[in-house]
This record gives sequence, C-alpha cells and structure tokens, in this order.
Amino acid sequence: MEAPAPSPGHGAGRPLASGPEPCTVRSPVVLQVGDPKTDLARPGVAVIDVALPPAQPLDLQEIVFKNSYTAFLTVRVQRRHPCDVRRDSAKKWATCLRNHCLMPSPHTENGSQDYFSLTRQQMLCEVDQVTAVRLILRQPSPIWLHFTLEELQLYPRGQKSPQRDFPSWLAHLAPQRLPANLQGGIPDPEKVSAEVQQLWVLTEMIHANQTAARIGRFDVDGCYDINLLSYT
Amino acid sequence: MMPDQDTGLSLAIAQIVQRLKGSSFHSQLERQARISLHKPEIKLESLKEDIKEFLKTSGWEKKLQNAVYSELNVFPSPCHPAASPEHMKEPLVYMRKAQGSWEKRILKSLNSMCTELSIPLAQKRPIGGQKELLNKWNEMGTDEPDLSLFRPVYAPKDFLEVLMNLRNPNYENGDQPSFRNHLGLIQVPLKVKDIPELRDYFSELGLNIGQLGIDDSTQVPPELFENEHVRIGQTVLTERDSAAAQQYVRQGCPTALRAELWALILNISNQPEDILYYEQLKSNVIHHDLLVDSLIYKDVKLTASNDDYYFVFEDYLYQVLLCFSRDTSVLEHFSYNSANPPKSYIRGKLGVEEYAVFYPPNGVIPFHGFSMYVAPLCFLYHEPSKLYQIFREMYVRFFFRLHSISSHPSGIVSLCLLFETLLQTHLPQLFYHLREIGAQPLRISFKWMVRAFSGYLATDQLLLLWDRILGYNSLEILAVLAASVFAFRAVNLMEVTSLAAAEAVLADLSTLKVMPLLQIFLFATVT
Repeated sequence: MEAPAPSPGHGAGRPLASGPEPCTVRSPVVLQVGDPKTDLARPGVAVIDVALPPAQPLDLQEIVFKNSYTAFLTVRVQRRHPCDVRRDSAKKWATCLRNHCLMPSPHTENGSQDYFSLTRQQMLCEVDQVTAVRLILRQPSPIWLHFTLEELQLYPRGQKSPQRDFPSWLAHLAPQRLPANLQGGIPDPEKVSAEVQQLWVLTEMIHANQTAARIGRFDVDGCYDINLLSYT
Repeated sequence: MMPDQDTGLSLAIAQIVQRLKGSSFHSQLERQARISLHKPEIKLESLKEDIKEFLKTSGWEKKLQNAVYSELNVFPSPCHPAASPEHMKEPLVYMRKAQGSWEKRILKSLNSMCTELSIPLAQKRPIGGQKELLNKWNEMGTDEPDLSLFRPVYAPKDFLEVLMNLRNPNYENGDQPSFRNHLGLIQVPLKVKDIPELRDYFSELGLNIGQLGIDDSTQVPPELFENEHVRIGQTVLTERDSAAAQQYVRQGCPTALRAELWALILNISNQPEDILYYEQLKSNVIHHDLLVDSLIYKDVKLTASNDDYYFVFEDYLYQVLLCFSRDTSVLEHFSYNSANPPKSYIRGKLGVEEYAVFYPPNGVIPFHGFSMYVAPLCFLYHEPSKLYQIFREMYVRFFFRLHSISSHPSGIVSLCLLFETLLQTHLPQLFYHLREIGAQPLRISFKWMVRAFSGYLATDQLLLLWDRILGYNSLEILAVLAASVFAFRAVNLMEVTSLAAAEAVLADLSTLKVMPLLQIFLFATVT
C-alpha cells in the first residue's frame, strides 16, 4: 500500500516556467561571544544569507524550508527602491518577519523537523524588489548541538509553491445557491440544458475519478508461496 | 504547518473526498441518489437541491457526516506539500531510522525461525487440510498442534530495551550524567503534557462531573446520575451521530449500550458487504497456510487461554486474528504509521518486482501478547464479522501506536515519557527510591501500556478505560493510569528493596477501580 501520493515536483503540468527562484544559500554563520573553541556556551543565534542574482530583483511570494531545530526565525530583506534603481544606497534592509515561532517549546521536539511555509501575507512589510534575504535563526535551548534550516526555497510572486494537489473544482466551491422558485412558469430551456450538461460533466468526472475498489488480493496469480522475508 | 488556513482546509477536504471516493460508502451514496431520481418530489429544474434534501431526510447526510468524522479521527491532517510520505509517517528522522532497524531485527528473527524449522513463510494448504480447517473453524481451540519449537518473535521486554537506547543525535547525550539526562529510562526530549495540561485535556473526568465507574456504584442512588446518563446514551444512539457518541463516552458507557456506541464511534455498521468481506478473508485463511498462524496460535495459548476472563473466547480469537493477518486493507494504515510492512517475493521470483508481496498480507507481525488487543472486545460482540471489524478499526486507530517507534503523542515512546515525567513530578521520592534500588518504574509499567492494560485489569474496569481512549481519541490515558497505580501503591512501594519485590506489589491490578484512581491522580492531588 502506498502512502498518499507525494506532491509532484514543482511546476509539473504547468505551462509557465515555475518553481523556486535560483539563489545562493550561504551556510549558516553562528554568532558567538568569546572564543568558540574555549567558550563552553553554545551559540543561540545563527545567520543564513541568501543572495539573489543581482540583475533581477525578486517579488517574493513564499519561503519554504524544512526546519532543523531552529526555535525562532526572523527574516530581513534587502529591497531596491523602485524609483531609484541605480544607486546602491537605495537598497534598504527591512525586517519582514520578527521572531516567528517554529518550535513552540524549544526544549522538546515539537516542530524541530517540520516543513514550513512563510507567505507574503504573513510579512510585516512589502517584499517586492528584493535583492537579498537574511534569515536570523534563534535557539534559546542549549540542549541541541546544531540548529539550521534545510531545503530552503524562495518562490517568486505569481507562482504557487509546490502543487496543491486537489481537484480544481475545490478551489472555487460555488456558494450555496437558492433553488429557483419555479412556480408560475416553465424554466428557461437554456438554463435547464446548461444544468443537465453540468450534471453530465459531473457524472463523467466521477467515472473518471473512480479509484480501484479494494479487492483484497494478496496473492500473485493465485500464488502466495513464500520462503523468506526480504531485507530490502 | 500549512501556509494558510484556507489552503489547509481545502487540502484536508480534498484528502477526505479522495479517500471516500474509493469506499463502498461512496457507491452506496451514489446509488441512493440515483434511486431518488424516480421519486416525484425530485424535479429536474432543482435537481441538485432536491437530491441534497432527499439525502438529508433519508438519513444519508448523517452517514456522510459520520464517515467524514471517522476520516478526520483516523488520518492525520495533510502535511506540508513539500514533505515526503516518510515525513508523514514520522517527522523525526532518527525515529524513522530506529523503527527501521527494529524492523530489520524482527525480520531476521522470523527468517532464522524459518530456516531453523525448515518451514516456509507461506504455502498453499493441501485440499485435505483445507477441508479439515473448514470443518473445525468454530473450534480451532480444540486443536493442540505441537508449537514447542515456535517462539514469539519478540516480547514487550525486548521492545523496551530498544526504546531505552533511543537517542536524538542532535541532543547533548554526554557520557557524564548531567542535568540534561533524564532520570528515567526514556532519553528522547519529546513534548508530553504536564498535569495542568492533562487536567484541561481530560476535563470531563473532573471531580464535579458524573462518571460511570464512580457515580454508578451501589452507594450512589441512580437518580443522581446514572438514569439520566443512560437516557442520554439512548438518545445519542437514535441520533446515530459519531461525534456525539464520542463526546458521550468520555463519561463512560452504560454496559448495555457500549457495543453499539463503540460501533457508532468507529463507524462500523456491519453491512452485508462487510460480512462478505469477512467471509472472503476466511476463505483466504483456508487456502493459505502461513507461519504467522503458528505464532498466533502460540500467543493465544500463552496469553488469553491462560486468562481467567478470556479463556472462553479462544475460538473467537483464532478466527479474528487469522482473518486479520490476511486483510490487505490494514496496509492502508502504514501511510500514517512509522512502521513499514515486511516485504518478500513469491518463491522462485526473488528480486522480480511484479512478484513482490507483503508478508503477512496485512503487514503486521504479531508479538507476545498481541491477542490481548482482541480479547476484551469479545465481551461486547458475538458476531465474528462485527467483532472483526471493530478490532481492525481499533487496531488502525490506536493499537498499532503501542508497538511502533514514533513521536506521536499517543505513540509508545511518548506514553513512556509521560508516565516517567508524571511520576517524577508527582512522587519524586518514590521515583528516586525505586530508581536507587534498581527498579525503574517503567520496567514494571511498560507491559501494561503496550497491552493497553488488557489482561491486567478486571474487564469491567478495562472497558471503562477503553471508553476514555475512544472518547478522547488518544492513548495518553494509559500513561496517566500507570502513574496513578504507582501513586496508589506508593506506601508499599517505598518499603520494597528490590525490583522483584516492587513487581510483587504491583502484580495484581485486578482489584483496582480505574476511574477513582485517575480522578484522584489528575484532580485531587496537590502538586
């Protein structure tokens, strides 16, 4: 038996080129007071810088990553001022997410290896024309040896992050319509025909979607003779 | 964690729709809708609404609600779309690895048993054997095959050793004892509920709320609580609402209503096609002879047949467990269970993927004590097919968590940690004393929890406990009860000086009343 199908790779079946924005994720730099070799205290803060191609600033839609023992996350973005493109001083840093909680109880495992999405709706400021992203990771608990973020991906605006794997009709569930009051007049034939057609489409869809019923067979061509278990 | 609530909801809906589509319930619903087209009150111009109305009034809407509710209870809410299927089974990588190597040990042990005894794992039963088995289907217990060479693949004790050695590689596990080491046996830092959280979670068990198992004792006049509670129970049953039934059983099930209420919560209706399915499983048992059958025989003989309460159900247990081992629908639960079903190949086709099969067909290898998950249910259901379905549902909702390594709050690792943490905070002196004399409390309570107390408590008490498991859709109550038992026997335990003596103090739990113990421990102890 297979687990529910994993989402297909990003952009599967989509006409537009989509998927995460190419970017360079630098390895985390830990901030530590004192000598890292002799000082026994573990660092509680690390910084990951993400560099974007300088030529094309990014309108950020979503940040997706797998956590690895980071408790709180702050995200800062460097934005280019749209009206003043040429000067470097026009690039300004802004905090778009402050101490976002990834592990509700930092001494325990909750959320420690979960996947997270941060969307632009969650951000404190506009995240358009972004030229660089800086992630500030915090882990107040000293019990973890390392903390970082993995599989970090930035998605540009206008593109959905990995596949939402549900039929499109679910995305726009029709609001409940009141049944038309039909007393005193035959319904408009056009409308009836449209509704019948809709019904027909619905039945076709159901037929197309028929999943294999459980047949409960475990033998192969009537044979289930087995000697030993396989280790792979 | 989902990107936003709306998307999360749509995903959850899509997941449920997808699963229900493959079910027989879906085809039944479709058939009803089709039949309704012949009814005069269904008009073409308002077809959709009329059919909806019909399904509502004919009770099918309620059935749909129950089916959806059941899906919500069983399946975890959809993971982040970027997460792999393995991540959905168990989010922590080191837990998955530990489960993997534990499985490998089980496979090796099973394989070496096959080799030693030169018995294949599975073979077709000869025609003569098929007839014989069919004839004695209802009295399999009278058979006394020689099983002296078979041994249980593992016992709870072996499993505890594995859990004790579980470590998070990213956790400071220094050789020197430090404040980071846990004083108990479990060393992984999972989040477990503390007493205030438990009080909140189990609020219906509070001192001011009527409880079966307390307020139905002979000293309490039934007008105060029991009569009214039974009346409500009957209303819940007439309404046929799973969610209401689940809420209701938190205060306990009246004995006469229990079987129906549990079936309602588990959404088991024993339809003709379910009976047919059961018969099909039975014929699969007749046709194929599996090595796990001998393990099941052995287990029933070693456990339930020796039990004062359960020995009468011996024949039922064989029927249910043998059919269970052939049931491929059980494989579905591996999408949310950290375990993986063992794989094999049809003889002579080693490595050919088209001939790859799971073994046993349901993917579950029984261990010592497995039959005790079925035994208490025999008190409630006499029809084998219904008994079977209830057990299967209980297994895929709850019992599998008691023998797979996972970080789930109802998983055995969390239960062990919850037990140890509760005991340490509640009774630090007792915990320290037992630890000092080499009687780590978990060594005693582990077997209780792995078997969900089946075979340890008196049956009426056990069923009152399982009421709460169903009511809260959680196994955490097992750990709370284990800690309450220690608290109850604390005075005697403080006097013992060895593990054996501590075990002796706690050997007989059959006189305990679970609800008062739980209530006192959770709500009437000053911490």
